[in-house]
Amino acid sequence: MTDKKMVDVYILGKKYSVPNTLTIMESMEYAGYQLKRGCGCRSGFCGACATVYRVKGNKEMKVVLACQSKVEDNMYLTQIPFFPGDKGVYDLNNLEATADTIAKYYPEVYKCIGCNSCTKGCSQSLDVMQYIGYAQRGELEKCAHASFDCVSCGICATRCPAGITHYNVGLLARRLTGKYIAAQTAHLNERVEEIYEGVHDSALEELMGKTTDELKSLYNNRDITK
Amino acid sequence: MYTPEMRELIKKVEETRSQRIAKGDFPRMTAEEKTEVLEENHPDYIESGFVELKVGPNKGEKVPNELGELLQGKSRIEELKIDLNKVDYEADVLIIGGGGSGAAAALEAHKAGSKVIIATKLRFGDANTMMAEGGIQAADKPDDSPALHYLDVMGGGHYSNVPELAAALVKDAPVAIKWLDDLGVMFDKEKDGTMVTTHGGGTSRRRMHAAADYSGAEIMRVLRDEVQNKEIEVLEFSPAVELIMDTEGKVAGAVLFNIETEEYHVARAKTVIIATGGAGRLHYQGFPTSNHYGATADGLVLGYRVGAKLAFADTIQYHPTGVAYPAQIFGALVTEKVRSLGATPLNIHGEQFVYHLETRDVEASAIIRECNIKGKGIPTPNGGQGVWLDTPLIEILNGPGTIEKRVPAMMRMYQKFGIDMRKEPILIYPTLHYQNGGLLIDENGATSIENLYVAGEAAGGIHGRNRLMGNSLLDIIVFGRRAGKSAGNLSKKVELKDLTLNHVEEFHSMLAEADLVTNSVSPMLLPNYTNKGK
Repeated sequence: MTDKKMVDVYILGKKYSVPNTLTIMESMEYAGYQLKRGCGCRSGFCGACATVYRVKGNKEMKVVLACQSKVEDNMYLTQIPFFPGDKGVYDLNNLEATADTIAKYYPEVYKCIGCNSCTKGCSQSLDVMQYIGYAQRGELEKCAHASFDCVSCGICATRCPAGITHYNVGLLARRLTGKYIAAQTAHLNERVEEIYEGVHDSALEELMGKTTDELKSLYNNRDITK
Repeated sequence: MYTPEMRELIKKVEETRSQRIAKGDFPRMTAEEKTEVLEENHPDYIESGFVELKVGPNKGEKVPNELGELLQGKSRIEELKIDLNKVDYEADVLIIGGGGSGAAAALEAHKAGSKVIIATKLRFGDANTMMAEGGIQAADKPDDSPALHYLDVMGGGHYSNVPELAAALVKDAPVAIKWLDDLGVMFDKEKDGTMVTTHGGGTSRRRMHAAADYSGAEIMRVLRDEVQNKEIEVLEFSPAVELIMDTEGKVAGAVLFNIETEEYHVARAKTVIIATGGAGRLHYQGFPTSNHYGATADGLVLGYRVGAKLAFADTIQYHPTGVAYPAQIFGALVTEKVRSLGATPLNIHGEQFVYHLETRDVEASAIIRECNIKGKGIPTPNGGQGVWLDTPLIEILNGPGTIEKRVPAMMRMYQKFGIDMRKEPILIYPTLHYQNGGLLIDENGATSIENLYVAGEAAGGIHGRNRLMGNSLLDIIVFGRRAGKSAGNLSKKVELKDLTLNHVEEFHSMLAEADLVTNSVSPMLLPNYTNKGK
């Protein structure tokens, strides 16, 4: 059965034989490395484990998340070390959701030469160049949604000849969208007002004063909406 | 990706689907049935999995074996001469841990005018918060109320929760959502601003707010960005290995460890907030875990050594739906939202055996029973077993495109391994997910040890013996903010005396008196998976 098959991988130049069922991250551990960097959530959410590899005989350099990708035979691996990304420092309360804001904090987005390297590298299969395009034009809501699944692994930024830190541009667009473009939530604002006015205090205090048996009875007979 | 045997079994799931839909919801368990399935199957009831503590504030109480080993382990600084007069970092509020609760605490402490330092083991934001998928509860819809939320929290926790903590949680919940909304967190909303909310296991109202299935990631990246905007100092790859006290017995900082250079540094602080998260990577009873790489209960060890009491340390949450197959993502979380949207668990015959939205402990126990006692699990090639989660049902019930829109991360995870959850059911089994207990706090996040606060998963008492979905993302915000504000204000009045690590020696003496000879050094910091599978 293929489950038992071993493949050769090269980690930082050294050759190791590992089962072909492992992820890249597991193969490094199998080879004896205790990971200190390049390892976070192990579920594809945190973007900590961006890894560069090349398969022998193939010139293309590939970048993936080590926790989400299986090993291949003759894979030459190296992990991206900490990669510094530029981040604008701002007070969200004093911003406007416009292209000018993007231009102020991330002017380099206008230096994009359309090479599409960012998109080709994206570990989440996002159209990165497209969302930078939206940001350039001030279409922030589109940028926010197109960049929403970003895990900030930084692969895009490592490849950008214009020096764009794409994931931070997306983040600014999303925060501006969340705060200024998405509609305010009337029911939330009302409930918060009620809480500050103490409207719910007595009901809560009454429940806090109940015995376990009284609570059980209320709980087991509570009405549950569909 | 599925084996031919599995493909045959999937046909049974498809055969029974129309009948299951026609029948409507599977009946919920009665209170008695719940007790029965829990006592028979839940890992918390397996006595051999627990050890009695011989020293410390919880002496005589039981904790999981793996945790007991660390709580009664030796300090990393036992043999070291640490010069406490050479202070490397100075703060009003030192926050240990850079997840959601640490970041929320940092923002409030900063707002209170304190000098804040965050010290974190991995990168800032590498935490269970980042991985929380399903959502965050808050009673802000017109048909809901904090009181209804409170009743759900208490019932879910088997009435063991500290009432004041549960009340603080539900009362601050809408305020927490508003705070996040104002920070620009992109919650799922209708065009008119109405929050899109769903049920979670054990909720009586639809009060689960989400940002697709990136809820925790969305919250974490916004909080991290805001901490960076406030230019708060963050020390990455610098876990705390011991708390520092002053000569009056107040907590006064921590010894930090540079994970790469292996140097130790002294951080002096007027108040300390432990925000180190959970313990999944201790793999209690051999379970896989949905947790972050750094979830090794470090904060519990640090707090316990200075005499802070643990609450509910013997109760662990096993998430009913962890990945049982494929092996590469074994133990990873399948968000409860998948069940919220209508996916139901099925046995090898394609039969449903439990209502799909029981509380997590009951749902997990029912799945364990189906596999281990009834023998109706589906065997996996890696030697384990699981049950089906009928995910194609989601699109039948809610329309095509629902999975891509509402659980994109989940869909992507399975697609990477050749499974399309829109068309095929997925195989799941419970996974170690959450530390229900932790260091006991009050409503402000304070412990009984002066100047020591705890927030997030390391805190105990809020959820009692079982936590409901969506109340963890909520508690990190509510109690993170409360701890940050309180520690920030307190720090203005604190005057520290000389620093000391005498409590470490005293703890070692207690271990020796109790004849606890161990080679375990704690905190663990990182799990060791080298040569795994050989």
